[in-house]
Parts: sequence; C-alpha cells; structure tokens
Amino acid sequence: MEKMSRVTTALGGSALTGRTMHCHLDAPANAISVCRDAAQVVVAGRSIFKIYAIEDEQFVEKLNLRVGRKPSLNLSCADVVWHQMDENLLATAATNGVVVTWNLGRPSRNKQDQLFTEHKRTVNKVCFHPTEAHVLLSGSQDGFMKCFDLRRKDSVSTFSGQSESVRDVQFSIRDYFTFASTFENGNVQLWDIRRPDRCERMFTAHNGPVFCCDWHPEDRGWLATGGRDKMVKVWDMTTHRAKEVHCVQTIASVARVKWRPECRHHLATCSMMVDHNIYVWDVRRPFVPAAMFEEHRDVTTGIAWRHPHDPSFLLSGSKDSTLCQHLFRDASQPVERANPEGLCYGLFGDLAFAAKESLVSTESGRKPYAGDRRHPIFFKRKLDPAEPFVGLASSALSVFEMEPGSGSMSWFVDTAERYALAGRPLAELCDHNAKVARELGRNQVAQTWTMLRVIYSSPGLASAASLNHSVGKGSSCGLPLMNSFNLKDMAPGLGSETRLDRSKGDTRSDTVLLDSSTTLITNEDNEETEGSDVPADYLLGDVEGEEDELYLLDPEHAHPEEPEYVLPQEAFPLRHEIVDTPPGPEHLQDKADSPHVSGSEADAASLAPVDSSFSLISVSHALYDTRLPPDFFSALVCDMLRFYAEQGDVQMAVSVLIVLGERVRKDIDEQTQEHWYTSYIDLLQRFCLWNVSNQVVKLSTSRAISCLNQASTTLHVNCSHCKRPMSSRGWVCDRCHRCASMCAVCHHVVKGLFVWCQGCSHGGHLQHIMKWLEGSSHCPAGCGHLCEYS
Amino acid sequence: MNRGGSSPSAAANYLLCTNCRKVLRKDKRIRVSQPLTRGPSAFIPEKEVVQANTVDERTNFLVEEYSTSGRLDNITQVMSLHTQYLESFLRSQFYMLRMDGPLPLPHRHYIAIMAAARHQCSYLINMHVDEFLKTGGIAEWLNGLEYVPQRLKNLNEINKLLAHRPWLITKEHIQKLVKTGENNWSLPELVHAVVLLAHYHALASFVFGSGINPERDPEISNGFRLISVNNFCVCDLANDNNIENASLTGNNFGIVDSLSELEALMDRMKRLREEREDEEASQEEMTTRFEKEKKESLFVVSGDTFHSFPHSDFEDDMIITSDVSRYIEDPGFGYEDFARRGEEHLPTFRAQDYTWENHGFSLVNRLYSDIGHLLDEKFRMVYNLTYNTMASHEDVDTTTLRRALFNYVHCMFGIRYDDYDYGEVNQLLERSLKVYIKTVTCYPERTTKRMYDSYWRQFKHSEKVHVNLLLMEARMQAELLYALRAITRHLT
Repeated sequence: MEKMSRVTTALGGSALTGRTMHCHLDAPANAISVCRDAAQVVVAGRSIFKIYAIEDEQFVEKLNLRVGRKPSLNLSCADVVWHQMDENLLATAATNGVVVTWNLGRPSRNKQDQLFTEHKRTVNKVCFHPTEAHVLLSGSQDGFMKCFDLRRKDSVSTFSGQSESVRDVQFSIRDYFTFASTFENGNVQLWDIRRPDRCERMFTAHNGPVFCCDWHPEDRGWLATGGRDKMVKVWDMTTHRAKEVHCVQTIASVARVKWRPECRHHLATCSMMVDHNIYVWDVRRPFVPAAMFEEHRDVTTGIAWRHPHDPSFLLSGSKDSTLCQHLFRDASQPVERANPEGLCYGLFGDLAFAAKESLVSTESGRKPYAGDRRHPIFFKRKLDPAEPFVGLASSALSVFEMEPGSGSMSWFVDTAERYALAGRPLAELCDHNAKVARELGRNQVAQTWTMLRVIYSSPGLASAASLNHSVGKGSSCGLPLMNSFNLKDMAPGLGSETRLDRSKGDTRSDTVLLDSSTTLITNEDNEETEGSDVPADYLLGDVEGEEDELYLLDPEHAHPEEPEYVLPQEAFPLRHEIVDTPPGPEHLQDKADSPHVSGSEADAASLAPVDSSFSLISVSHALYDTRLPPDFFSALVCDMLRFYAEQGDVQMAVSVLIVLGERVRKDIDEQTQEHWYTSYIDLLQRFCLWNVSNQVVKLSTSRAISCLNQASTTLHVNCSHCKRPMSSRGWVCDRCHRCASMCAVCHHVVKGLFVWCQGCSHGGHLQHIMKWLEGSSHCPAGCGHLCEYS
Repeated sequence: MNRGGSSPSAAANYLLCTNCRKVLRKDKRIRVSQPLTRGPSAFIPEKEVVQANTVDERTNFLVEEYSTSGRLDNITQVMSLHTQYLESFLRSQFYMLRMDGPLPLPHRHYIAIMAAARHQCSYLINMHVDEFLKTGGIAEWLNGLEYVPQRLKNLNEINKLLAHRPWLITKEHIQKLVKTGENNWSLPELVHAVVLLAHYHALASFVFGSGINPERDPEISNGFRLISVNNFCVCDLANDNNIENASLTGNNFGIVDSLSELEALMDRMKRLREEREDEEASQEEMTTRFEKEKKESLFVVSGDTFHSFPHSDFEDDMIITSDVSRYIEDPGFGYEDFARRGEEHLPTFRAQDYTWENHGFSLVNRLYSDIGHLLDEKFRMVYNLTYNTMASHEDVDTTTLRRALFNYVHCMFGIRYDDYDYGEVNQLLERSLKVYIKTVTCYPERTTKRMYDSYWRQFKHSEKVHVNLLLMEARMQAELLYALRAITRHLT
C-alpha cells in the first residue's frame, strides 16, 4: 500500500493503519478527544464517559470512567479534552458548571482527580494549554473564562466576557500566552493569559452565536470560526485589524470546526442541527465541500483528527450513539458528482456559458445539425479554457455575443403595450389584437386571433371577409419569429460557426445547445415576399432532410409540391379547424408533441395552392351552418396555447387566456396557467412594462397571481424638509409639522399624485402642472428652470 | 434554611380563601357585573398605565408601524410600561401575522383564534375574529371547527397538546400532520402554525395575568362582529376578572408585614449571590430539589383549586357558558401536572440537550426565515430586561430573581437545567407568587385579581407586568422547545 508507506514516513516510524469503521455507544456522545498517541479516543456525553482503543479493525472499549452507583451530574459532560502532553490527563466540562480533571494513572477505579466548581452555569468548553502541563482553561455560559493551574485548588485567573455566554475557548498553538474565545453574541475575543483585566482584541465575527473556533496548526495568525449563521470564517489575526480571509457558507449552523493536518487550506466541520454529515472544505473553494462523510444518522457532535500529522483519519461522535473512524479515501466527494456549469447574462445581452470540459466532449459526439449553416450569424463564440481549480477538471467557457439589433424584442414590447385584453366584446378584442399583430408583421399570431374570433364569437358577414383576408395574407409570408427570448438567442447561436482563433476543441463546442432549437427555422429572407398573395410562389429551401417525418394529411395534394412549397404555420391550425374531420385534434396533438414541429408543418402547409383561400371560406360557412358549439374547439385551442407557450411565446398564451376567459380556462390546469402568468409577468417587468404587468395581474383569475398585487403595497415617503420617514400621513410630517408636498401652481397640499421636475424638484398636482406647462415652459415655482414634462 | 416568608402568607391565603369562596358562590348567581376598573387592565389602576402612556411617543410610533389593527389596544397599552420589550414583541407579532410567511393571512388569524380558544380568552378571539374577516376569511368558519377545512382541523390535536401538556408531543403527531395526503402540512407551514399557536397561548397567559379589559370603542364593530360578540356573555368579555368584590380589595395585611417581606426577599437574593460557593449541594440533593419543585408545583395548584371551587364544577361552568368552545375540541383537556403521582415517570426534558439558542433557533429559521431572529431577540430582551430596581429600592441585581421565575415556569413543563439549583426557586418565590405563576402559565383563565394582588404587595404594577412578560415568554419558549424537538426528531 503506497498510501500507508507515505503515512509512515510522515509520522516518523509509527504508521497509522485502519479502515472506515464505527462502533455503537450506549448513549449519545457530546464530544470526543484523541490521545496524543493516536491509539485511544475518549467519548463523553450526558450519560457516557468511556475510553476506546482504536485498533485496525474495530474500536475496543478500554475503560469506563463513569463509576459509582449514582450517576452524578458532574459526569454529564458537555465537553472533554485529552492533554496533548500527558497521556494520563483528561478534563471534562459538566453541564452543571463543574470542571473535572481525571488522572488515568490513579490506581483506584475512580480516576477522578480534581473538581472545580467555580462556574455558575454550564461549562461549554475546556482546553489544555498545548505546551504547559498544568494549565487548563474553561469557558462557561455564565460569561466567564477561568484559567486553572492543576497544582492548585482553585482558579488562577478569571476573564470576564461582559455577561455574554462563552461558547468556545482555544489556546493559540504558536503564541504561548494567547487564547481566543467566542461568544453567544457573535464576538470573538483575544486574550493574553497574563492580563485578566481586559481582552487584547475584540471583533464581531458572526451574526448570532459563534459556536466554535480553531487555530491553524501551522499558520500562526489564522483562526477559523463557525457560527449559527451557517458560516465558517477564517481570520488573519496578524494584521492590525482581524481580517476575514476566507468564508465558507454551509447549509446548517456550524457546531465544530477543525483544521485538517498537513493540508493548509482544509478544514472539517459538522453541524448541530438538521444536517448529519461531516464536511471537509477547501477554504479557497467555499461552495462545494472537498469531501463529505455521511455515516451518521443523527447530528455529529464531536470531530477530531486522529493524529496531528496525519490528514487521512478523522474520528467523530454523534447523537446517534455511534463513534466513527472515517478514512479520507472513503469519503464521498461531491465535486465528482457535480456538473459545474455557469450561465450568465451580460449587461448588453451577452451570454456566457461555462461547463466542465468532459461534459462538453461527451455531447460533442452528436453531429451538428445540418441545414443551418446558411443562417445569418448572430453570435460570435469565444472559447476559453478556464483555469483549472486544484487540479480538477478544466472547463470550457463559451461567450455568446449579441449582435446589435438582432436580439431586439421591440415586437414584444409593442405587442404588450398595444394588445387589448379586456373591456370590449370578444370579437372586437380579437380583431384589435389581430390588427396589432399584423402591423408588427407577426402574421401567424394575427391569424390565430382571427381564428379565435371565428370560433368563439357569433357568425357574421364580416368574419368571413376578414377570414378571407387573413388567410390570403397569412399564407403569403414565411414563418414569423415566434420563438422565445431564450430560444431565439440560442438557436441562431447554433448556426454560427465562427470561432475565435484561440478557441480550442471547437468541434465539441458548438453542440452545447438545445437540439430543439434547430427545428425552428428562422429565415429572414421571408420578409421580402411579404404581401405576395400567391403562396405557391414562395420557395423555402430550408426544409431539406426533414420530409421523412412529415405527417401527410392529404397525400395526393402534398406530393407534387412537397420539396418546394411551404405554407406558414398559420395554415396549420386553420386547416384542421375548418376541415370538418373529427380526428383533427388528435393529429394536431401528435404534431405538437413531436420535436419536429416545424418540419411537419412545412408539409401540411404545402397543400395550399392558389385556390386554397377560396375553398377555406366556403368550408367555414358550412361550419357555421352546422353550428358547432365552441366547446368543440376548446381542446384544440388549449393545444394551440400550449404550443405557443412551448415555443416561448408566453405572451400569446397569456393574452389569449385572458381574452377568452372562462371559455378555455377550465381546460388548462391551474399550475400551467400560473406558470404562464408568472413567466409573462416576469418578462413584462424586465422590460419595465409595469402598467401592462399590473393589468395582467389584475385580469388573471389564478389566486396565486392576483395576490401578487396584494403583497408589499406600502409606499414609504420621507419628508422633504427633515428627511425623516413620514409615518402617519403622506403629506404632513409629524416631526417638523409642515406639509411636505405643496403644489407649485395652486399652493395647496398634494394628497394624491405628485409630479415634480427632476431638474428643479418643484412640482404639484398632475393636472395643474400639465396645464401650466402647456402655457409656459418655465417652472411654476418661479425658480427659472425650464421644466420638461414628458 | 430560612423560609420565613412562606408560612405566614400561606396562612393569610387560607384566611382570605374562606372569604373568597363565599364571594365566588355569590358571584355565580349574579354572573353579570361590570368590571371594576376602567382602562386597559382590570388589575392595574387606569392612571398607572395612562400616565406612562402619554409621555411615550415611542409607543405610538411602534403601534403605527407594527399594529395590525392600527390602533392602540389594551395589551399594547399595558405592555408599553416596558417599551424596550414592546418593540420586539410587536415586531415579531407583526411578522408572523402580516409579513411573508407560508400561511395565508386569514389562516393565521384563525390559528390565533384556535389557540386563544384553548384558554377561553375571548379578548384575543374577538380581536382576531375581526382581523380574520378583514383579511378576507370565510365567515362560515367562525361557526366552529366543523366548518373549517380538514387541514386546519387537523391542527386541533397539536393545539390542544401544546396549550396544556406540550411534553406529550411526539414525532408521531408531527408525522400525522405532515403525511396525510391531500390535507398535509408542509414543514414551513407547520412551523409557522406552531409559532403562532405558542405565541397566542402565551399571550393568553399575559392577557389573563394582567387582567386585560375588553376593548371598548364601538367604532370598529361592524355588523357581523356585533353578533359574534353578543354570543359571549358579559362575564366572558371581562375575562372573569370581575369576580372580585369591592369588599375584598380592602387589604387585610399590615403594611409593615409586606415591607419586611420585601426586605427578606432582598436579603435572600443577596445571600444567594454571596454564599453560593460555600454551599456544596451534592448531586442527589440537586436532583431532589428539582423533583421537589416539580412536586410542589403540583401541590400549589391542587391547593388553589381546593379553595376556589371544586374542579369539575369549574370546568362545567366553562364549557356551558362560553361559546368559545366551538373553536376547540375536547374542551375538558387541561393542564395536568408534569409530576403526577402514581403515573409512569415521564422523562425530564434536559434543557442542555435541546436549547433554543443552539437547536430551536436553527430549525425555526431554516423553515420560516427570519422569525428565528425576531424570537431570539424577544427572548433575549425579556431575559435581560432590568431596571435594577425592586419596589422602592434601586441598584438591585435582579438576575437571580428573573432566572428563578423563568426556570420555575420551565420546571412546571418538565424542563430541567443542569446548572440551576432549584433550591433558589424555593427561597426566592413565595407561595402566593408560585400560585400566581402556576395559574397564569397553566390555567390562565382562572386568574383572579386576588391572586394578582396577593403577591409582592410592595412592588409596582410595572414590575408585576414585567413578571407577566417573563412568564409569557418562558411559556412560549417551553412550548416551542417541545414542538421543535418533535419536528427535529421527525426530520432525523
């Protein structure tokens, strides 16, 4: 065993051997401590106090120090420590405030040596001086630390923590006279053992109690502290002010912290609540533990490294009444399992994505998609080998840059602002929204609105006409940009093949992204043909290679034109709704679920020759005559909404949902609706469309959404004179008894909307200021500023 | 050991009690009577509270900031005798009622109603019925537990146990709530509910302990509320504090007597501080003292019920006369002494094994963020609150006294501190005070003005309110510790 031989040299002859093992104790442990020979461990708890010998294969109980018929509270240990100079000397801290020392050299069965009953409250911690044989330090709940000389009957000196409970005391390993103590209020104090009157230094380390601290075994100035605020902090004490050098965020309050021997940046922690594992952290890598021991079934209460120069053996005691020896090589390493990935948006819409290299290369096995090489380049991709961290896997970083203007979302903003969602009859709303969509060049959407109108509102002549119109129109243009934000940004990225020179391993780099995005054929050339009434004229070459998956509804029509003709997506739902075939909805379903939606659409579309619009109208008339109830379509409409939402156009989904209201709501489950609403509202808020988002919230029927408007509705105002918050009313300040906001025009108090100029900060009633600025461009207060009102 | 203070006062109690019993009998016939004092409390003269109030702008500010009803209610008025504490109290209460939390607002108020109903505290019930409706609660629920969703109804069991015998809560109770299919509680919701329950049980103790009067101003009562209020009879509204007769308020005790009592108490406190180290009590002795205190607490109340009126009589009374019971099931379930004779020995809760600071806080804060900090601050505040005065004396270190009060409450709930000598309780807390503590924390609805008046006669009212605050927080902490320990066990 190579590992063992290395250990042997490190320890100068006495090799440590052993395996991961555990033994059952009779009672929960509160603390453990190791003898300096690394062959024995003492376990102490409320009703246990035993010494175990650590053998190769198992723990062997060596001595039970809990003797006597009646259990005494003096034996109810909160902490235990074994002297690192003297193998026979132990000290325990009892929950009733007694400090007890034990001498294993005593011939009698009772090894109890001395009893110090000076503390009034529970003693939380005892600590021997690392080099002095007789000096013992204790820290108690009553706020005092006491230093005992074991040759005397009582304490040598008392240090007062100013009535705050002491949670931990630790002698510095390097500085003979120094010790650190941590407190329940979050402070850490540094004391000189010779000066009990005041502490040398004090600083606030944590928010809430600091449960533990540990001096670095080699680095003189480093002190690690762990607190209830779930943090481990490493402080550099050599500087004038204690400086935080590292900070590790754990998932539960930190009960113990111990530096790992021989590993400068490693420390082990365990928690007091909820989390039962022991973690070993590399403080330079504060988010993922370097190693994790998961043996315990209840919280771990004590941890100790078996030998001060051996980094591979860790002992631990737990509330689940077990004592464990952990071998470092058996630890689970969360890093191994994690797939480190990072994704971040830049200020201008750039997108950076980093992933582990191995991860990227497995994906690279897939073939890049054909057919998108001719697409315009949206992104440039740089590849950057990120600096490997402690010899871990290197990762690949890709940065996608946004080409100016290409990612414009102006259509989204325009649509959101101009859509009408309520307040008018359904037919008008649909017409209006269709018009809006058409003006923005989003014909598929326009078409959908028209369809909805046809389905849900009463028939009339006008509908037929507009239907005719929109069919012609709709079929004439290419696939509109229907994809979402994300997809939109990513999809073209796939097509882009340019890389900067320094990129390495580009073959795998372009495959990171979603495959589904390829199916969205964005084709800007489509714009040119807009307005042409003859869809057959239009040729779209992008569909190569996808015909085999087409769903052919009408084979005899489809075949001749198949390779050349493409009808836009709009034609697709239209066709199914109008052709009065019962299986229609199922077909749609099939297609919506298939990943190759656009491909199948392309084919379905191809059956529309010049005369299609005519036939469509006639069919629709027939439809009205039979008076199919709107319910008939609801499944279809729901599928349509889902389709839009899946495409990323959650705007459409939500708008339709609101406009149609009760007609479709019941067919879509609450959670999906809620999901759509929240994403749409989120988008709106990102574009600062507060009014629209508010309207959406208001119109939504989902409970979870409408309560968004009821949270944090308070608006706090500060007085303009004294700058204090105005608590009672918004216009009179309680402190300076002045009216805070006067209208510069009418000189009355403004109790509602107050509008002011950001240049001169004068203002007043909204109406008054508007009126004033119609006639004059100067400030109504007479300050001479040229105010602008926009 | 000097226990001079206890025997004369016990004798005095006895004298008073025959007198009192007569009054109580008489009083039962004339249930309807008006509270004796006006103002926020029936125990404290109005001027005491109001005086303190007018000076205090801070209180007004706090009320505006944190009050849910937006006005200065009687509880706040009485508490404003201790402004420092009031702030953390209001802040935490506001947080659990109004700020981000897993439970919907009306549910929070309904849980408060359920909690208060365990102690028949009509004051709190009325207050929250109001708020419940205001926050959009379904009026039908107010007809009783049968009308609420099963999920809320399931909370009844834990409410009952928490209020009266928190040590019986086990992880099975938690599991029953968490794993019941469609009606299950998520852990954050459960923690929120538990915090609310504990808060309102404890607040009920405060309301009865300080004799809070019902709110008077009629302006807030809308139509519905009037009806619901009218369902309670007047004696309920007055929290039964009015069973005192004017003839009783005349003090039977000489002032000299009580003065010497105070001196003796201070003397004992001083001695405890100084002589601590000399007295080497053995472990057995310490354990015995705790057991003795537990046992004695049992005796304390049985004595009291004996001389007020027979137990069963009292309970029947409660069930019949109050409409409050529709919010609870099993109204007969009450506090039962932790140290019952002749029953199997329940394991003592070792405070060091599950402390608020180490364990409770972490769990609460994990599941219901930020409430941990607020509660932590409140507990710390009440534990450390002192003006270094005792009655007319100044510059007194009251730490031992405060600790005795706090630990005595925990002792009655079976929580033991290893590092506390329960002999201190015996020396510092006179019998009448123990009776009061026991009543306020365990059967708050039975508190009477006589109990309030009979202890610490030399002390100021504000100091007695301070005692009530300590009792309230100690009780809340005890309940929380038991509930959270059960949740922790469920988690592991």
